[in-house]
Amino acid sequence: MSGDYLQNYAPLLIHLLVAMGLAGIILLLSTIVGYHRPTRAKLQPYECGVRPTGDAREPFSVKFYLVAMVFILFDVEAIFLYPWAYIYRDLHWFGFVEMLLYILILLAGYIYLWKKGALDWNR
Amino acid sequence: MFAPIEDLYRLAPELVLCTFGILVMLAEPFVPRKRSGLVAFLALLGAGAALAATRLSWAHPGTAFYGLVRVDDFSIFLHFVVGAVAVLVILGSRDYLEREGLHRGEFYALVLFATAGMGVMVSAQELVTAFIGLEISSISSYILASFRRNVPKSNESAMKYFLLGSFATSFFLYGVALVYGATGTTLLSRMDSASGNPTLLRLGLGMIFIGLAFKVASAPFQLWTPDVYEGAPTPVTALLSSGPKAAAFALLLRIFDTVFAASQLWVWAIWVSAALTMFAGNLAALVQSNVKRMLAYSSIAHAGYILVAFAARNEIGTAAVLFYLVAYALMKLGAFTMVTHLGGEGERRLEINDYAGLGSQQPAAAAFLTLYLFSLLGLPVTAGFLGKFYIFNAALKSHLVWLAVLLAINTVISAYYYLRVIVVMYMREPQKEWAATPIPRAVGLVLVLTAAGTLYLGLFPNYLMEFATQSAVLPR
Amino acid sequence: MPLLDHLWIIPSLPLLGAALNGLFGARWPKRWVDVVGVGTTGLAFAATLELIREFAHLRADQVPWSKSYLTWIGAGNFRAGFDLQVDQLTIVMLLVVTGVGWLIHIYSTGYMAHEGGYYRFFAEMNLFTFFMLTLVMAANFVLLFVGWEGVGLCSYLLIGFFFLRKSAADAGKKAFIVTRIGDFGFTLGILLIFWVFGSVDYATVFNRAAGMPVENAGQPGVLTSISLLLLAGAIGKSAQLPLYVWLPDAMEGPTPVSALIHAATMVTAGVYMVARAHILYSHAPIAMTTVAVIGGLTALYAATIGLVQTDIKRVLAYSTVSQIGYMFLACGVGAFSAGIFHLMTHAFFKALLFLAAGSVIHAMGGEQDMRRMGGLRKQIPWTYWTMLLATLSISGAPLFAGFFSKDKILFETAVSLYGGRVLWAIALVAALLTAFYMFRLIFLTFHGAPRYDAHATHVHESPKNMLAPLVVLAVLSVVGGWVAAPALSGGADYFEIYLAPVFAKSSALLATAGGETESRTLELQLMGVAVGLATLGFLVAWWFYIRRPQTPEWLAETFHAPYKLLLNKYYVDELYNLAIIRPIGWISTRLLWQVVDEGAIDGSVNGVAHTARRLGSRLRVLASGNTRSYAAWVLVGAVLLLGLLLWPLLGMVR
Repeated sequence: MSGDYLQNYAPLLIHLLVAMGLAGIILLLSTIVGYHRPTRAKLQPYECGVRPTGDAREPFSVKFYLVAMVFILFDVEAIFLYPWAYIYRDLHWFGFVEMLLYILILLAGYIYLWKKGALDWNR
Repeated sequence: MFAPIEDLYRLAPELVLCTFGILVMLAEPFVPRKRSGLVAFLALLGAGAALAATRLSWAHPGTAFYGLVRVDDFSIFLHFVVGAVAVLVILGSRDYLEREGLHRGEFYALVLFATAGMGVMVSAQELVTAFIGLEISSISSYILASFRRNVPKSNESAMKYFLLGSFATSFFLYGVALVYGATGTTLLSRMDSASGNPTLLRLGLGMIFIGLAFKVASAPFQLWTPDVYEGAPTPVTALLSSGPKAAAFALLLRIFDTVFAASQLWVWAIWVSAALTMFAGNLAALVQSNVKRMLAYSSIAHAGYILVAFAARNEIGTAAVLFYLVAYALMKLGAFTMVTHLGGEGERRLEINDYAGLGSQQPAAAAFLTLYLFSLLGLPVTAGFLGKFYIFNAALKSHLVWLAVLLAINTVISAYYYLRVIVVMYMREPQKEWAATPIPRAVGLVLVLTAAGTLYLGLFPNYLMEFATQSAVLPR
Repeated sequence: MPLLDHLWIIPSLPLLGAALNGLFGARWPKRWVDVVGVGTTGLAFAATLELIREFAHLRADQVPWSKSYLTWIGAGNFRAGFDLQVDQLTIVMLLVVTGVGWLIHIYSTGYMAHEGGYYRFFAEMNLFTFFMLTLVMAANFVLLFVGWEGVGLCSYLLIGFFFLRKSAADAGKKAFIVTRIGDFGFTLGILLIFWVFGSVDYATVFNRAAGMPVENAGQPGVLTSISLLLLAGAIGKSAQLPLYVWLPDAMEGPTPVSALIHAATMVTAGVYMVARAHILYSHAPIAMTTVAVIGGLTALYAATIGLVQTDIKRVLAYSTVSQIGYMFLACGVGAFSAGIFHLMTHAFFKALLFLAAGSVIHAMGGEQDMRRMGGLRKQIPWTYWTMLLATLSISGAPLFAGFFSKDKILFETAVSLYGGRVLWAIALVAALLTAFYMFRLIFLTFHGAPRYDAHATHVHESPKNMLAPLVVLAVLSVVGGWVAAPALSGGADYFEIYLAPVFAKSSALLATAGGETESRTLELQLMGVAVGLATLGFLVAWWFYIRRPQTPEWLAETFHAPYKLLLNKYYVDELYNLAIIRPIGWISTRLLWQVVDEGAIDGSVNGVAHTARRLGSRLRVLASGNTRSYAAWVLVGAVLLLGLLLWPLLGMVR
């Protein structure tokens, strides 16, 4: 099966290469051959008649990121509880202790965050 | 079903490291600013305890957690190496962090976590476990590299390291996936018996090799090294250049010695990589004017030397790799610690020309640095000489005569840039006035330990070499 | 026999001196530095004398006497340790190193008295003595290599002693790098020895080599390779063609350094090594011929350059290169003991010449150009007379030390299997040139009218602690060869007899190969020719510089091109610069730095700084620029590796 196995995919690979090559060539040709007459209006994002107000990439407070990150962290960790709960009966005390340790480590992280003031919005 | 207590012994160093890492993190917000030394002390205690735990797990050889990790002489040897690196880095960084106003417990916690990751890497018997170890150590390193938050260079260094590191790690992970696809297992010991698609297996192992080649900074994947090493805080550079490199080499050895299909793979590819790495490192180092950058290129060159021993693909070669990793860690840590101290506040004194007149103004500092440079160059009576000797020996035993010749040529080339630093230190008049700060006690201790180690291994290498030879026998 | 059991004491003495002076010398008064520096070397000399006494009581089968102290490297069945050994060859070398070394240390207390870094100088000189003793006492090739590298390092430090002078620092670096080119071959040679013989101990290696057949010149084998690789190291260390270029520049170091390291001891290490490994060489005819040819050519070549140099120390430097060429010639024609004999006498008279030159420079207040000297004979009579004796000795004036050793070499060259008329003629011409340039030096310096500003320069004789070593060395330059004197009247050459056990195996081999061709009449005839030519050299010098002082100028005008060629040392430095140093510099700066680093990767120092500066305003710049190109390079590397890996697969598709 060794060589033939991958060989089956050879047409796919060739197809991919041709597709990418074609796209590249067309883009290249249009930049080389085509006319370029940029105007102010043409360069604006969304040519729909409405004047853009301000920059689209407006910075906003770094605190949002922090809270978002903390949320994701603890949220993802919580997912681990589901498979654990599913086989909880089979694991008995061992599973209980294991999960306790796991929660304790999470708790340590939580205490750390709290004391560091990551949850204090007005700081 | 349940993990027996033996298994916990076999994972003891990592457990200790993680526990202390968490403790340090927890202690950090509670310990007042003035008593910040306590946190450092706790971290030091943790690293020391990890060494003790390594000793403990030594008494319990065998596999643990369903064959995911394994305690044998090889893993113990490298556990000692990465543990000792952690101790030295923690010892040497306290004064640096105080000086730069960066003193935070997280630094130590991250060093401990990174070391735990390296520990997992060196004892992993299974590719996903190895990947987890790789990620634990890498992610900690990324943050450590950015620890000088207000310095753009440090941010840039961390960002580059992160982006390129993730890129390389993805190669590793994809390689693991392909290997699994080919053999149906991720356990190294079962790969040979599994009848799989050899082409896929080769491809997968090739990708794993690329991922790890990035970590050890071997050509053509070494380009990130100088920028990252230059920008990172110097104690972190010291850590990066010794610990993770040792762990990644360990993983390479483990994979290539355990999996028969891998050991049959491209000796010539390693051959070419070793030759390229040596030349890329040494020739580029010739033209550097910044000491940190020069040392970064030099560490690329040393990765090349280690690859020469790796290319030998026999137990003498493995022993030579292990010995060299220790020798290299000692001299590189020493050199970077000295550079850290000399850098002064804000790491401003980093040009080679800034070291002019050091020989007369700070004779002790100059003498230490000279010793490390001699060892890096491989002059007799230093650890570097013996390390190179063992590599030569291994290469010749495997009839890699031309690679040995290339190694010799590279040693000659490297003489130029190491000696240049010494010439500048002893034979040039200082251009600017630099305040000569006394060497703090902890830093002094690191210097004395690394210097003593360098000389000890240069004079009496036998004990370590015996240990390395014994550790080089990897169970299939 | 206490000292024979504790051979380590001899090298340890100067090491102790180096440690004491190096650690505490900065805070000690000069007096103490003197006592430690000179004292430890003196003690080493005394210990050597005691060693000779004890050594004389050993039975013939106990020689070479060796002692192992520590196992240094052990890997499998390979072992190299701190093993020292003594045999007659070692004894001769020990005498030269400690004896001449001690005299030079004494001299230095006067010469260096007014220089800064006094303690550093003595610490480094002692360290040098330590490494040199390690080199000559080593009982295996690895320890020999340690000494070999160590003396190189000290030489490098001492050449650059006046490191404030850029030329001195450069010269130091040049010496180190050029000799390392040779050492590269030397390292490979040792590795090859280990590979072939499975050991690096002299005893094992030489015994096994002695049992091997002599290699055919048409089919060189492994012994030839080993010998030639070792020879590369010897050529670098002993400043022979083509690696001699560092030695003349090494004269930037203080004069006692030139005398000790670059005349008497270190530079002769190559000769010692060849003599030590004589069994390897005598089994490899091609290597023997190479040694002889390199030696002969260097002897002649360096002598021609010496003809026109004007710096007093440079004349002596080229003279040293030329004389070491003689020693190599002797070894190459199989006359190892003659080579070592010349090594010893050369140590006496060349050390004396350098020290006397130092005394002249001292008297002239630092002037080294002979064109600005002249007529010094009256002001510094001690220096003049001692230097004259040394000059007579090096020129081969009958009954002086140099006469016996040089004559021996010329004779052996003429009659040996590996020698021949051509090499003999070359050596003879070199002898003629030697006599000429040495007397040129004497006449320019001490005779004629003064050419310096008598008011500005206060010429004064050197202090007693500088003159005493001169006198001792002058005596040695005269009588040092008399051990071989009875040979003139048909008696025994005691020096050769003393060394005979060391070279016995090779002598037997060469004798069977070449047959006994010695003939006393021939020897006397050859001697007559040599003395005649030396006299001619003297007379020409006298004619040029005393009788008709305008002749040299006229010659230089008439034969402008050859004169320029000699004056510029055949432009070899320029050639090396053009052919080697420039291309390497070009590759590393242009190709690696500018093209690869800046152009392709855009990751140079400037690039980083540039990116870093732009970073100040916006963080997203981080993700742009060189990081992407780094990643691209990683990808290119990966694709190449994997592509090559998949080569077989592509083959299947096709």
